[in-house]
Amino acid sequence: MEAVPKPGSNVPPKKDKLQGKKKKPRRYWEEETTPTAAGASPGPPRKRKRNRELRPQKPKNTHSAKKSRISQKPQVPKKPRERRSLGPQRSLSGAQDPFAGPAPVPVEVVQKFCRIDKSKKLPRSETKIRSRLEAAEAQEEEISVKAARSELLLAEEPGFLEGEDGEDTAKICQADIVEAVDIASAAKHFDLNLRQFGPYRLNYSRTGRHLAFGGRRGHVAALDWVTKKLMCEINVMEAVRDIRFLHSEALLAVAQNRWLHIYDNQGIELHCIRRCDRITRLEFLPFHFLLATASETGFLTYLDVSVGKIVAALNARAGRLDVMTQNPYNAIIHLGHSNGTVSLWSPAMKEPLAKILCHRGGVRAVAVDSTGTHMATSGLDHQLKIFDLRGTFQPLSARTLPQGAGHLAFSQRGLLAAGTGDVVNIWAGQGKASLPSLEQPYLTHRLLGHVHGLQFCPFEDVLGVGHSGGITSMLVPGAAEPNFDGLESNPYRSRKQRQEWEVKALLEKVPAELICLDPRALAEVDVISLEQEKKERLERLGYDPDTKPPFQPKPKQKGRSSTASLVKRKRKVMDEEHRDKVRQSLEQQPQKQEKAKPMGARPSALDRFVR
Amino acid sequence: MKVKMLSRNPDSYVRETKLDLQRVPRNYDPTLHPFEVPREYVRALNATKLERVFAKPFLASLDGHRDGVSCLAKHPKSLATVLSGACDGEVRIWNLTKRKCIHTVQAHEGFVRGICTRFCGTSFFTVGDDKTVKQWKMDGPGYGEEEEPLHTILGKTVYTGIDHHWKEAVFATCGQQVDIWDEQRTSPICSMTWGFDSISSVKFNPIETFLLGSCASDRNIVLYDMRQATPLKKVILDMRTNTICWNPMEAFIFTAANEDYNLYTFDMRALDTPVMVHMDHVSAVLDVDYSPTGKDFVSASFDKSIRIFPVDKSRSREVYHTKRMQHVICVKWTSDSKYIMCGSDEMNIRLWKANASEKLGVLTSREKAATDYNQRLKEKFQHHPHIKRISRHRHLPKSIYSQIQEQRIMKEARRRKELNRIKHSKPGSVQRVSEKKKRVVAVVK
Repeated sequence: MEAVPKPGSNVPPKKDKLQGKKKKPRRYWEEETTPTAAGASPGPPRKRKRNRELRPQKPKNTHSAKKSRISQKPQVPKKPRERRSLGPQRSLSGAQDPFAGPAPVPVEVVQKFCRIDKSKKLPRSETKIRSRLEAAEAQEEEISVKAARSELLLAEEPGFLEGEDGEDTAKICQADIVEAVDIASAAKHFDLNLRQFGPYRLNYSRTGRHLAFGGRRGHVAALDWVTKKLMCEINVMEAVRDIRFLHSEALLAVAQNRWLHIYDNQGIELHCIRRCDRITRLEFLPFHFLLATASETGFLTYLDVSVGKIVAALNARAGRLDVMTQNPYNAIIHLGHSNGTVSLWSPAMKEPLAKILCHRGGVRAVAVDSTGTHMATSGLDHQLKIFDLRGTFQPLSARTLPQGAGHLAFSQRGLLAAGTGDVVNIWAGQGKASLPSLEQPYLTHRLLGHVHGLQFCPFEDVLGVGHSGGITSMLVPGAAEPNFDGLESNPYRSRKQRQEWEVKALLEKVPAELICLDPRALAEVDVISLEQEKKERLERLGYDPDTKPPFQPKPKQKGRSSTASLVKRKRKVMDEEHRDKVRQSLEQQPQKQEKAKPMGARPSALDRFVR
Repeated sequence: MKVKMLSRNPDSYVRETKLDLQRVPRNYDPTLHPFEVPREYVRALNATKLERVFAKPFLASLDGHRDGVSCLAKHPKSLATVLSGACDGEVRIWNLTKRKCIHTVQAHEGFVRGICTRFCGTSFFTVGDDKTVKQWKMDGPGYGEEEEPLHTILGKTVYTGIDHHWKEAVFATCGQQVDIWDEQRTSPICSMTWGFDSISSVKFNPIETFLLGSCASDRNIVLYDMRQATPLKKVILDMRTNTICWNPMEAFIFTAANEDYNLYTFDMRALDTPVMVHMDHVSAVLDVDYSPTGKDFVSASFDKSIRIFPVDKSRSREVYHTKRMQHVICVKWTSDSKYIMCGSDEMNIRLWKANASEKLGVLTSREKAATDYNQRLKEKFQHHPHIKRISRHRHLPKSIYSQIQEQRIMKEARRRKELNRIKHSKPGSVQRVSEKKKRVVAVVK
């Protein structure tokens, strides 16, 4: 309940408000019967004029609230005497505004919406540009405050599971949860017993409404899993390696033994893509309309599904590829290799953007969370590690699992699920998108067969597990984002809405060349090409048009403009500029010296060679 | 054990009846809206492309004159009315909504040199080659009456231009000297000269209404104050200025249309360097007019095109041309800042949109919101090379295109020569003169 406005200094005590509420409504011309009530008496009508004059003082009282709309810290309630001296604010009717001034907004929420890094100082620039930058920054802050305010309107609260004191939530089994929750939620837990067609891979659509699964022995089905309405069920008579929904639930990509096939929601084969053969894993980038495929031959192929062209075919040069995941924050593909490295790929580059050595043995599974900050990997060395993806790629936490995890998945709120053998473990962190703590599992569940595929359902507290005995839909309270955005992915959308969304999504299809590690790079100044341009211009013109011309003293009034005084003034400005330069160079020098000195070591004879 | 599962009631997310609007819950959490910047970039790119697709500025051509259109005037009160004078002495009054001529007057023998409306909009003044100044009623003669001017002033010399004071019953004409007339009198209140030359145009300042500017054929621009009998100061440029126009929002700024293909925006207080040199035309600039917002102006040129310049940019943002439009003599920006009119040699007056891709007519609120959003996006990503290229691209007639190329080569050669001269002479002996200062010969007070 962060969003509830905290009582400020100018807010009367709650008790008074309650008293006021209990009283019958009083008109402003009526005299108050109890003038002593908390000093809130409007007084006789003659005094009202003075009250009106007091109104302009309002900003003084609400000083802290006005200066920044973000409340920096919970305001300490002041002593009652002080409060009286401040004077309550009245409207014309004498009624008091209990929540005067703009409503306070908690800092953390505003921080979430802030797009400008406030720690960076504005560059030194012309006043015109600077004022424009400042205006943009102010606007940005206003927007983030407004967005933070709108959080109040969110309807749903996330789920949770808490044990009573001392109780371990991992011991709670699915049957207990099903018993404890409402019928609608209980219906979300189900098992599909499909022993015949072998281990299953599964995929939820982006809205979380539809589920597609494919068995090793050729069984492919898609259904609306909430209503349990079957959309299609076919047998492709070929091994199914992986299955994935394309941008909407109407299209389904299936990696079969030889080629990649695309089916529609009635099970009709639309395409057979022979340029993608022997695919092991599929990954769909919804904003770029790219289907990334990893093959046994070691190629990572990007297929643009909106135009049906192969955008890039990259040779990973690391043998068979069967571990792949996407980073939903920047659409980078992470491939896990048998030598223990995870490589990061974008279709614009022939070489990996980064290679991270994660494990001693081969990498078995990789997962990236929705904010793109954490990557979880598990390897043949039975380790489960979580890496920081923001720049350093350092491991944040690690844990050895007795069997090692074969499959990993992150939920929208940052829960990590790992499938080890026929057991699924889930770890949770503190709050949304925080690092899951690997000490104590949040939930565990034993299945009927070995786990073959894992995915959290978007916008539902459900984990879908495909295993050798069929499909299991597990209840994981607190896994999903409770409030969806209706224009982005709406589980309750109608056909018409879906069609409209599809047109809009296709219109703003992001080109594949724009995939890079930092998706916000496009909004930043391209310093390199700017400098290049500057250099070229200097070459072309033969001089730098941006340089300041040498100072020429302006002639002054009669008598003061002698040649000597002109020269003196000119000298003065030149000296000042020279001093500035020296100061700047001095500021830079000590940093160099500090670097040169070895820290905390005794002076040695070899120091003279250090530069 | 305490447990809560996420369980939504579908009734609060689905509309009740088919007649309702669909419910669209929003959540502005950035993690639910990934790729914000690339998606906005793509939207901006699409918006820029659409802007170019919908850029159809030409609206109408008003034909009826039997000779080239020599001057245009706006009606001060009625947006739809416009007056034009032709080279055969005919003045026509047009209705822009009907796109028809509503009234015709044979005003002069020979050219109509200048035309201006009175600030109240009831009458207008014309000057012609027959050495007369005539005042006419705005609405034509009654039934059975003959078309006659309200007043006629017979002068000694040819008048080449006229402009009316913005608030008082005073007007100014130019010819061999600048004359300031009271409407009630037949002789000028005062005449001002500075040397012997023929003055081609005179303009009253719309804000500081006592100020006048004129440009003469001996290459100078002279400023006058009506309250004094003598001129204030003048600036002499490299080549002749054809006309000037005052900025309607900034009293001290005016723009001069010059024969050397450029336009110069001057600050009246510091005439020694122009604030901005606007270059894009490839032939003499004949007329210039400011938009009522004072942020853009339009210029008409002998190169058969009109261009729109932002006041603070040296390059034009728009160029309008058609196959049939010949040398453009006069141009006006309408008072609602939405349209541009130009009169050209081949007897037509053309009506253009000031913003080429703007949709005319009433917009629905959603349309308006969408255009505003697109406008903002275009602004945000305007410096990206791909978007910049698309938004700057204009098709040009071959003649203009080849002339631009030619002039680029010439300019490059001049620059190279200057560079070489600096390189091969004693350091400091040859000073580099900026493009702005180069064209100003002298300022005389």
